[in-house]
This record gives sequence, C-alpha cells and structure tokens, in this order.
Amino acid sequence: MAPLDDAKPVATPDEEGTAAPAAGRFLKAIYVYEVPVRVWHWINALAITVLSVTGYLIANPLPSMPGEASAHFLMGYIRFVHFAAAYIFAVGFIGRLYWAFAGNHHARQLFRFPFWDLHWWGELILEARWYLFLARKPKLYVGHNPLAQFAMFWVIAVGSVFMIVTGFALYSEGAGQGSWQDRLFGWVIPLFGQSMDVHTWHHMGMWAILLFVMVHVYAAVREDIMSRQSIISTMISGVRTFKDAEVPADEEHEAPAKRVKHAG
Amino acid sequence: MATLETFYEVMRRQGITRRSFLKYCSLTAAALGLGPELVPQIVHAMETKPRTPVLWLHGLECTCCSESFIRSAHPLVKDVVLSMISLDYDDTLMASAGHHAEAILDEVMEKYKGNYILAVEGNPPLNEDGMFCIVGGKPFVDQLRKVAKDAKAIISWGSCASFGCVQAARPNPTRATPVHEVITDKPIIKVPGCPPIAEVMTGVITYMLTFDRIPELDRQGRPKMFYSQRIHDKCYRRPHFDAGQFVEAFDDEGARKGHCLYKVGCKGPTTYNACSTVRWNEGTSFPIQSGHGCIGCSEDGFWDKGSWYARQSDILQFGIEANADQVGTTAAIGVGSIIAAHAAVSALKRAQHKGDV
Repeated sequence: MAPLDDAKPVATPDEEGTAAPAAGRFLKAIYVYEVPVRVWHWINALAITVLSVTGYLIANPLPSMPGEASAHFLMGYIRFVHFAAAYIFAVGFIGRLYWAFAGNHHARQLFRFPFWDLHWWGELILEARWYLFLARKPKLYVGHNPLAQFAMFWVIAVGSVFMIVTGFALYSEGAGQGSWQDRLFGWVIPLFGQSMDVHTWHHMGMWAILLFVMVHVYAAVREDIMSRQSIISTMISGVRTFKDAEVPADEEHEAPAKRVKHAG
Repeated sequence: MATLETFYEVMRRQGITRRSFLKYCSLTAAALGLGPELVPQIVHAMETKPRTPVLWLHGLECTCCSESFIRSAHPLVKDVVLSMISLDYDDTLMASAGHHAEAILDEVMEKYKGNYILAVEGNPPLNEDGMFCIVGGKPFVDQLRKVAKDAKAIISWGSCASFGCVQAARPNPTRATPVHEVITDKPIIKVPGCPPIAEVMTGVITYMLTFDRIPELDRQGRPKMFYSQRIHDKCYRRPHFDAGQFVEAFDDEGARKGHCLYKVGCKGPTTYNACSTVRWNEGTSFPIQSGHGCIGCSEDGFWDKGSWYARQSDILQFGIEANADQVGTTAAIGVGSIIAAHAAVSALKRAQHKGDV
C-alpha cells in the first residue's frame, strides 16, 4: 500500500504500540503531521489557554488591590499578557496558513470545507452516527474525519480569523487612530455598531473556542482509547499508527495526489 | 437680514474691543487644538466672512442638546449665537412663533440656497408616515427633508440625530430614525452625546465657520478632534484601572478613594467622547469625577447595551437577560454534561463488546 512509502522508519509493525489495549501493537504507521503543524498546535493550545484566562479576567477583574495605585500594575500585566499571547496566536495562525500551502496535504485540511462534496457529507453523517452510538464501527482516517474537519474549519480556521480581526479592532482603540491596527482593523467597530458589541462578540468567540476545546480533548482521548488508530501521540510524533489492516477511508483518493506531488 | 455683517463687525458693534476680539480668537484656537500660527487665520476669517445662516430644527428630542449648548463657556454661547452664526431659525430659542417663525425658514432657504447649515436636534419617526412628531402641522420628517435639500451641510446634534438614542431603543415603536438614514446626499457631522458637551457643540460650529469646511470626521462621521479617543484613554482614574483597583460597590472603600468604576459598569473603555478632557459646566466635572460610571451616552444604541452597572452587555437574542459569560458558562456546562454522559455510554458499550475490536 502507498502509505507505507511515506511512513517514517521510526515505527515498524514489530515495535510495541503506544495505546493499543486490544492488540498491544500496531500494523501500519503513516507520517501525517509535519513539524510546523505539531509545533503550531501546541503553541496555539497554550496561547488559547492564556488568552482565555486573561481575557476572562479583563472582563471580570480580580478583587481590588489594596494600597496605592503606584504600587500595582495588575490589570496592566494581565492585559499585557493577553496582548502578547494574542500576537503569538496571530503570528502562529499566519505561519500555519503558510504551511497549508508549503506542507503536505494534511496541513491543508484545516482550511478546507468541501461543501459541494456529497461523499464527504455522507461520511460526516456516518461519523456522527458513530458518535451517537448508532453505527457499529467508524471509518478509519489518516487525517481528520469529516466531522472533526467540519468543527476545526469553523471554529479554528474561521474562529481564529474572527478572534484576530475583532481582537485587533479592540486593540486599535487603545493603539489610537492612525495606528496600523486601526488602519487594518478599525472598520470592524462601526461594522458591529460600536465597541460594546465587538467586546460581546469577541467574548462569545472565546466561549465557542472553549466549547470546541472541550469536545476536541474529549474526542481525542476517547479515540485514542477506543478507536483503531492513534490520536494524541500523533500530534507529538507526527506518526499515525493503525491497529488493524483496514484501509483508511481517505487513503485511496488522497495518497495518489501525494505521490504526484512527490514526483514533481 | 438685509446684508449679513461679518463676525468682527458684529462684535465691535457690541462694544467688544479689538484687544478682546484677538484674545477671543486665540482662545478659540486653543480650544480647537490649533497652533498659534493659525490665530491670524481665525482673525482674518472673523473679519472678512459674513455670518453663516444656521437653521436649527427640532424633531423627536428632549431639548437637552439646546440646554447644553446655551451653557457653553469657551466660546460663550452668546458670542456664537449673536456674533458668529446667524441663528435664523430655532423654534425653542427664537422670539417669534407660529407663522412668523415658519416664514423665516422659507425666507432663509430661498435666499441662502445651498449656503446655510442645517442643525438637527432629535430625529424623525418614520412610522405612520411620521405622524408621531408634528411641527407646524406637518410631520417633522417632511420639514427635515425640505430644509435638508438646499443645505450646505448638516449637523446632527446629540445621540438622537446621530444614532437614534432613547426613542430608537428597542422596540422603537415610532421607528425613530437617525438623520443620516433619512438624508443621504449631504455631508453630515455627527455630534453624539446625550447631550453633547457644550464646548464641543460650539467648537464644531466655530471650526466650520473659521475654516469654511467641515471638520475631519472619523469612520462614524464624528469630528475627530473631539471623538477620536475613549473616555478611558484620558480618564484621571485610569491609574487605578491599570493597578487593578476597583470600586466593587458604590458605598465601599474603593468608591471613597476614587478607584476605577469599571466593575460597576463604567462604559468609559467603549465610549468615544471628550468628557474626560473638556469636562462639563465650564470644566467643573464629569460623571466619573462625581463617582458614577460613564453610561456611554455618545455611543450607538447605548440604551440597548445594558445594564449601565455591568461591564458586559446583555445579549437579548437569547430571550432572557444574560451576558456573554453567562451564556458561555451555561453552554460549557451543557457540553460538559453531554461529554460525561457520552463517556459513560462509551465505557458501557466497550464493556459490552470487550475483545471485539
């Protein structure tokens, strides 16, 4: 099979599997997530955590500090950390977007929403049925399953753009008129009506991402334990291991494309 | 109203010395944030330009803009009304009434076609063909359209004319509509606030007369010189915000010490106005200085961004009064419960089919 051509020699079928309680070993390994994707994933996860905590504290500040104002800068530090993490988040997103073009086809999946692909929708429904305990077995995927791709596209790809745009619009209010943040993103404020509404939507965006994170972490842990391929270790090593010999659903029509790319 | 005198002529006629006149020009330049090199320009304009006719219309409003306007100290409203502009029509301020007053409107519109400034206080309600606001026996919206047709520029006084204000607040039964949504073919200067600061009002007029052009406007059509910064950016309590020192309740230690009012709902961080710099009543005070948070009265739709005592506004789309954090927490608890239930069912299923996979 084609995937083994791309498999890194780090994993061979004879080695002990990491999380395969049934078999205790895996039969196949495919290199999926390249280094920039993995590095971005964990930096992004950290940035989202920091942004959510500091963002929440900006809207709901900690109890008042005692003493003189000159002795403290708590709110200032919280805002600084929020802005610093926001820049990391934004620059990371731009880097990730670049890698969608420079990296392998799995790196593009986050930014794709195959709306017209009926086959894709069919598999999405199948995956949803599996999560609702209506289907006996899910399909195997080298990359993301359609349901995961759907959620990631809307919450991480579109959601990040939304948070970056609204976030920089709010930042531009402090940076002042004529600042590059104002010139690039200042139009967002009147688009929403006024600053208050942008705050509210930025806040709702945080909650949407947090809900995604909850489901994402749960699904990753659950899949790692229950399904027939690795999930969590893949985002660390980059290698997806399979516990049985079934052909992944997205292997056939994606692998040839990859081979063409390698040939060219 | 034969020939309009210049500002200078009017001032001299009122017994103002040239020395006082020059002082006045310098003060005006300072109030507008202009450098000393522009003072001669103001002097020149005042000496040569005839007074500009201003027609001041009143729609759905509470006259708080006029109340504010007549309290302007720098420049004194007396100087603005009597020396700088030719306030030919303002039904709440003018001496004549009834048909005499309405006749002046037509006369000015004809004589100074395309050269007068239209100042609008309040806004037109559009429901029921505008019957919710009748001026001189006709719907106000008709008067507004008629006078706006030949105006050089329009000043939207206050939040009513600029954004709709309280009469346009949900559910807006009269369909009160801001001026810029009714008149779309004229330059409109929005001077929001409920009311706007007196000095901001007279300052805008002074700028327009002096330089014969409308002031530079921001994206929402407000003069940049007064609305380019938030209350928060120039608030004297800002150090307490940065330090994390807040008023938690209106009668606590923080309130007595003058800490930041953010936690009791101050809208300073989302409100563009000059209150924290120009202040009110000849620079005496402004809401935050008196211990109450800013309510954001110069922002679009501020009546619907409640509560005035909470930083996060209620989201009305959910049918109940809840802010983003309440909605988010509820959703997170919901999703968390689903995850827990799903995990439990997954574990059961797995136990059932142990060894199958």
